[in-house]
Amino acid sequence: MHPAFSVIFLTTLIGVGQGLFIAVFTAEYFNWIGLLNVEVDPMFYIIGGLVSLVFMAGGLLASFFHLGHPERAWRAASQWRTSWLSREVIALPAFMAIEFLYVLAHYLQFNEPTTIIIGIVGVIATFALFICTGMIYACLSFLREWASPLTIINFILFGLASGFIFATAYSAYANPAFVQTFGWFAVAFTVVVFITRSLSLSRNQKLKQKPKTTTQTAIGSHHTQVTQRSQGQMGGSYNTREFFHGKTEMFLKNMRGIFMVLVFPVPMILMGLGLSAGNPNLLLAAFVIQYVGLIAERWYFFAQVNHPQNLYYQTVS
Amino acid sequence: MTQLALVIDLNVCVGCHACVTSCKQWNTSGDAGPLPDDNPYGANPTGVFFNRVQTYEVGKFPNTETIHFPKSCLHCEDAPCVPVCPTGASYKRKEDGIVLVDYDKCIGCKYCSWACPYGAREFDEHDKVMKKCTLCVDRIYDQNLPETERKPACVMACPPGARLFGDIHDPDSEVSSAIREQGGFALMPELGTQPSNHYLPRHKRKIPIHEDELVRVDSPLAKEEKKDYDEGSASLEDSASW
Ligand code: SF4
Ligand code: SF4
Repeated sequence: MHPAFSVIFLTTLIGVGQGLFIAVFTAEYFNWIGLLNVEVDPMFYIIGGLVSLVFMAGGLLASFFHLGHPERAWRAASQWRTSWLSREVIALPAFMAIEFLYVLAHYLQFNEPTTIIIGIVGVIATFALFICTGMIYACLSFLREWASPLTIINFILFGLASGFIFATAYSAYANPAFVQTFGWFAVAFTVVVFITRSLSLSRNQKLKQKPKTTTQTAIGSHHTQVTQRSQGQMGGSYNTREFFHGKTEMFLKNMRGIFMVLVFPVPMILMGLGLSAGNPNLLLAAFVIQYVGLIAERWYFFAQVNHPQNLYYQTVS
Repeated sequence: MTQLALVIDLNVCVGCHACVTSCKQWNTSGDAGPLPDDNPYGANPTGVFFNRVQTYEVGKFPNTETIHFPKSCLHCEDAPCVPVCPTGASYKRKEDGIVLVDYDKCIGCKYCSWACPYGAREFDEHDKVMKKCTLCVDRIYDQNLPETERKPACVMACPPGARLFGDIHDPDSEVSSAIREQGGFALMPELGTQPSNHYLPRHKRKIPIHEDELVRVDSPLAKEEKKDYDEGSASLEDSASW
């Protein structure tokens, strides 16, 4: 597939936003049930929630660039019975609304159970949104690289990892008492997603070896030697632009190498240094580098998919 | 239930692209507005077509054969492109099974094209909506056309008549009997989309001809032929024209 930057930014930005919200609420929740005992100014939750909302809004804005007719985007909420994309279109603003309520409740200085209840609803909404985003890809059964529960698991874990790293950096500036909690969560999520993403990479590698759909099934001629001689066009079309990444195998490999380094080891080293030295700048650097890595990861996520329609577009003439 | 579809005889298709051009001509002239055709005379012409004819070579040289392969939306019975559409712009008509896009509702998110395994949908970069074969829905019901012309433009155009059109749910239709009797098959059946369009497979045609059938015994040419006979032994009968 041809990776679209609008969708890359949409999925990575809302991932950070969702993870950050969960982090901020985790802090409040842990305080409430007594796991932590930290003096917190409501501003900590308010700013954390607002920053998360900015990430969400950034993702939402990016998604509009993907549409041919953004002015009709409201229509996309209508098919929630069948379409995961439609469900995402509902879940995203719904989560943002709940998050806004959460911020507002803190601003109005509501007492604990109210904010906790809103927060729990918010967490449910975040996971609903994660699942919708993941299912958009995982539900396309013949795009086999995506059609796996790992797709959803990775979306959730990447969001949590990047959100918690951001929360670590944020609290290092705003309320250092949370730094260790956020930091260790962030490390744990990053380690787990390293495992699950590696699993999906090796799964996809194996898929290549035994394709289910071939040129033979595509044209119904089961000879062992079937070669395309012409695709009925010379100058390319939507079919050749949308479904091919247009880069070399080498480029793809390099992209994988880049994200495997930028998303996992580099931020982990920076986190380790930042956590032990209590240096907020190192923690922020960890976030920025991981985010850049996530852009590469998402690029690869799209590019690695071999769409069955490509079987019809192997040779120009 | 009716399910309109095309049945394409790969034995008959000669790869002339007449269906491609007549499809484009009809569908670029309709109510929905023109189909893009960028740099038609430039180095990289590109545009939207609902139908394309591709060519495949089967076998190993020198024992190869050519298959010309027209490809358009297959109007799948279990169309994967329809449920994924977030706006409801993509839909399958109950009355005749045609899969259509409502260009006024489409937001151009391209998700349906990802869900179609056949690459049958093409995005219109000018109108910013998804386009695809309509089975000439604006032709086949047109009461102003003579009944024999109420067929998709490609079917009308095909010079050797490789394209059949009809209801595959009606067991007595021309298309149903063609599928039944000539081994009609679907594309990528393993994906479970149940395409409505079918293809009739290539088969070897052999007509047994005996040598004496090549020469007519009473060929009029024989009258003018100079007989090759032995001068010495020739009689009148031998040299007479008969
Ligand atoms: S061929 Fe593609 S566009 Fe047409 S009905 Fe099937 S899945 Fe949908
Ligand atoms: S491009 Fe249009 S028809 Fe296709 S899924 Fe999006 S809104 Fe539906």
